[in-house]
Amino acid sequence: MAIHSEPLISVARPRRRAVTLAGWLDRATVFSWLMMAPPILFLLALVGYPLAYGVLLSLQDRIVAQPGVFVGLQNFAKDSQDPVFWRVVINTFVYTGVATVLKMVGGLGLALAMNQHFRFKNIIRALLLLPFIVPTVLSTVAFMWMLDPAFSVINRVLIQFGVPRPGPSWLGNPILAMVSIIAINTWRGLPFYGITLLAGLQTVPTELYEAATIDGASGWQRFRYVTLPLLQPIILIVTLFSVIFTFADFQLVYVLTHGGPQNATNLLATYAFDIGMGSGQLGLGASVALTMLPALALLIVAITLYLKKKS
Amino acid sequence: MITGYGPIQRTVRVWLPVLFFLFLALLPFYWMAITSIKPNSELYSMRSNPLLVHAPTLKHYIDLLGTTNFLLWTWNTMVVAVISTAISLALGIMLAYPLARINFPGAGLMAIAVASVYLVPQPLLFIPLADVINRLDLGNTLTAVILTYPTMLVPFCAWLLLGYFKTVPMELEEAARIDGASRFQTMRRIFLPLCTPGFISAGIFAFTLAQNEFLYALIFLTKTSVRTVPVGVISELIKGDVFYWGQLMAAALLGSVPVAIIYSFFVEHYVAGLTSGAVKG
Repeated sequence: MAIHSEPLISVARPRRRAVTLAGWLDRATVFSWLMMAPPILFLLALVGYPLAYGVLLSLQDRIVAQPGVFVGLQNFAKDSQDPVFWRVVINTFVYTGVATVLKMVGGLGLALAMNQHFRFKNIIRALLLLPFIVPTVLSTVAFMWMLDPAFSVINRVLIQFGVPRPGPSWLGNPILAMVSIIAINTWRGLPFYGITLLAGLQTVPTELYEAATIDGASGWQRFRYVTLPLLQPIILIVTLFSVIFTFADFQLVYVLTHGGPQNATNLLATYAFDIGMGSGQLGLGASVALTMLPALALLIVAITLYLKKKS
Repeated sequence: MITGYGPIQRTVRVWLPVLFFLFLALLPFYWMAITSIKPNSELYSMRSNPLLVHAPTLKHYIDLLGTTNFLLWTWNTMVVAVISTAISLALGIMLAYPLARINFPGAGLMAIAVASVYLVPQPLLFIPLADVINRLDLGNTLTAVILTYPTMLVPFCAWLLLGYFKTVPMELEEAARIDGASRFQTMRRIFLPLCTPGFISAGIFAFTLAQNEFLYALIFLTKTSVRTVPVGVISELIKGDVFYWGQLMAAALLGSVPVAIIYSFFVEHYVAGLTSGAVKG
């Protein structure tokens, strides 16, 4: 070893202690893995194991409270011949796609509106976040009442404006039901977008806007060529997160429509619940839930690659 | 920032969009509140103006607290949220500290693993977890949800704290190490006390997530005595075609109050937590 010719390095290096237990525990690698062992074991037991067990279940004909029979890919074959399943897949993509675009555009609008100088800004920001923090189930119940077939306040207002009685059947019409769940999901998720993008907007140096203004850029051009490019990384990461949670959404649909009318709003998560919990076919239900995995895995890999590039 | 506009233009440019978003965000809460204090005769009459209340009453609140298990559900929700948040913070710190502060082989990979566990959605896990909980004989116990909520809260807290820990300067810890403190002492005595704001952010976030949780509670808690507010409201207060909206809206409002109060005390921490993940990465 060349230690003698580089005395500086050998001074900086900690002296090798006699291997005592305390010294061994204090090594970077030992300490780190010991510290992380309890949470890792916990997550392996309650996330890793169920995930693997779910894959196993999806390969079994398994009714609740009965032993499973291995059937290979038969459950997935059954899914692929089930017209409801394909309806549910399309619903899930439509729901995720439309709601995400609405949240992105609306959230950007909210962030731009909030990124101005006015009074009571902190209070207003706190109020705007309320839809995001209040339990989804409870706010969804409020919407259920607002869309009630007989006493919908929205319809009563619409009727005042000349819409013929009794007004649209928001949860009874297949298309309107989809519109309703997308609108409510947007209502709930928009503040998350807005406040996160606002934080991003506040990191844009004002000099950039001043420079652009001096160069003769209009308001739109400043937005298009200064704001948007700088916000792009944040928009990307927020969107990926939002897509994952919208794609796997359960509570809103379960409470508001139960997937109806005629499966018009049934999503993969609610359909898997119906089959797995409702009719007790654990194997088939697990196979429906697992069909979410390819799309989700793709998104997770995208986020991971992005985070890796950033760090 | 905006100059050269008259007061009217300024009002239109600044306040119109802000008020528009505020109106959309708060309308459902207004509707909850006004419904909960209307007598049934007004609620189900097509003649009176639906946006106003003429003879306010507390009957729905009295019925809710007196004739249903709402208070018990609230207590259950608090117990579950507090314990699962505490567990998740402790386990989250144990994951985040080495990943953020110590150089060791595999750290980068572990950080990515934590992020991806956070992104595994509940619907992928609930069917196998239901079977696991059954085999452990934990159905209809609060333990079932106290054990399963941390599956999403631990990676979440770890992820938030990882970002926070990285912003703390290294000097103090280095000084403690040179003075001969062990890694564990350095972490407990020097580092963790510096990070209280990070714990508050992560804790509040985890707490609201635990209060909101619905799917696991719906599957694991089917007895009224162990239910949490979201499941209790959906399973027991919605009764077929009976008129129950006043009570239901009272429950929705009261169920939102604890979260809203805690949130209003720590809104800055909440926003910091919300934005740190995305902005700092």
